[in-house]
Amino acid sequence: MPVSTPVLGIIVLIYLMVIFYLGWLGYKKTKMTEDYMVAGRKIHPYILAVSYGATFISTSAIIGFGGAAGALGMGLLWLAFMNIVVGIFIAFVIFGKSTRRMGLKLNAVTFPELLGKRYQSRFIQGFSGALIGIFMPLYAGIVLIGGARFVEATLNINYDVAVLILTIIVAAYVITGGLIAVMYTDALQGSLMFIGMAFLIVFTYIELGGINAAHTALTAMNGMVPESLAAGGHLGWASMPALGSPIWWTLVSTLVLGVGIGVLAQPQLAVRFMTVKNDKALNRAVLVGGPFILMMTGVAFTVGALSNVYFFDNLGQISVAVAGGNTDLIMPQYINSAMPGIFVVLFMLTLLAAAMSTLSSQFHTMGTAIGHDFYREFIKKGELGQTINVTRISIALTILASVVLAYALPPSIIATATAIFFGLCAAAFLPMYTGALFWKRMTREGAIASLLVGTFASLFWLGFVHAKEAVPLGISQALFGKATLLTGTWTVVDPILVATPLAIITAIVVSLATKPIPVEHLEKCFEREIKN
Amino acid sequence: MLGIDDPQIWVAYILCFLSAIGCIIYGALKWNDGQDEEICSTVRASGRSDEEVY
Repeated sequence: MPVSTPVLGIIVLIYLMVIFYLGWLGYKKTKMTEDYMVAGRKIHPYILAVSYGATFISTSAIIGFGGAAGALGMGLLWLAFMNIVVGIFIAFVIFGKSTRRMGLKLNAVTFPELLGKRYQSRFIQGFSGALIGIFMPLYAGIVLIGGARFVEATLNINYDVAVLILTIIVAAYVITGGLIAVMYTDALQGSLMFIGMAFLIVFTYIELGGINAAHTALTAMNGMVPESLAAGGHLGWASMPALGSPIWWTLVSTLVLGVGIGVLAQPQLAVRFMTVKNDKALNRAVLVGGPFILMMTGVAFTVGALSNVYFFDNLGQISVAVAGGNTDLIMPQYINSAMPGIFVVLFMLTLLAAAMSTLSSQFHTMGTAIGHDFYREFIKKGELGQTINVTRISIALTILASVVLAYALPPSIIATATAIFFGLCAAAFLPMYTGALFWKRMTREGAIASLLVGTFASLFWLGFVHAKEAVPLGISQALFGKATLLTGTWTVVDPILVATPLAIITAIVVSLATKPIPVEHLEKCFEREIKN
Repeated sequence: MLGIDDPQIWVAYILCFLSAIGCIIYGALKWNDGQDEEICSTVRASGRSDEEVY
């Protein structure tokens, strides 16, 4: 439903003024490197939980994965379940507490630095920083796409202009305010997202006649699945795809496992554990984080699937058809046509918030990964050198790369690209990160080997086997004359299922075959546990 | 269940709620646990100096 542009303009303006005020507060509180990098390690638990949640959940989850649920159905709820159990509970209670302690003891201010110092390897820190700097723009690019698509649809402005406006606003407060500004604005944005998503689910169920009626109507649409999707194993939007079918593999291996597990090794999320004072803050954050994620992904995936009922009742078409085949447009189309005008405004702020909170952390992480981890610690061996300028330039360059990708990437890309980035992080970082926290026998050589094997196995699988990326990339075709090196089911199995186990095995074998890390260093890393 | 025939879906639907409730219970039970180490200040003191801010 249409909303008057002046009203919308004023609301957006007020919102941006509040954001800038918070950014300025963050700037004022930033006095030392630790403030800029890890917010002085004394962030409030509510801010931590909502900031973590708002960073975790971006337009990618709401627009991209909500749209994927519009196409593939409610099976994506398994991802929502994983998001809560793995992304919140395991992340905070198991990984978070150890990360916080070790980060403090080793005086680490970024995720690559934590790994580098734990394994006493500048190479690990530098390589991880470079990996983040190179591949995170892909993830930032699609978050931009998600935000810009909604701004484009709602404000009726040019998509290219929408991308630019969004980028400039976020860049401004990241560069000035550091992580304190990022987390303050995140907390406001997260609260706004919570309200927006709550309205969305309530309106949707009311519109469709209640919870049971909505689900029954969706189940009744099983026969409407288009031929092309049915051939891939799609059995309806209220059913899981046929076991072992290509769509099942995409849903389970790429979306549910790739993103569900990959979240544990996300640099921009792990760094947040180092921002709180004690474990109490992490315990309390679980209370806020669980329901927050339920309200984000649980709602987005349910509403995405249910949009089929709405569109079929009103337009006689399923969601993918209404969106012209671009799943990234399903959620914007649904919200714009089904929801009351005032809600569209609220939701636009929600999505702006979701995009900005994730982008701000991504820009912050990319900048510090290149400036601090790669340049200062790896190239300059810890000397300050031109770190300040390198960080600023690298923030600018990675932002530029993200914007270019936002223009260049094809439609229906958001969920896929998110999964690629999460999968790569899982394969490259997760075995080494888990070992750093929980396995004292893991050695520097084991960590380096697992980092390299995870990274390159993942990239190889993407480039040469996984058909969804390998075919459009065309590298395999050019080098070997075959679209993919393997055939059959392998071409739909996500890299995470191959590269991560390979990296884990490498980490274990190489660690056991090499000299353990000196006890003195381990004592420094695990002080409390060893003393006890 | 809930108008959904496929148990693989309604189980996931219910698990989402149960896991979120689990998080609430955990957070509430552990509300005051984990108040520990005051080593923040010592580490901060030995941390990087002001001129290194970027």
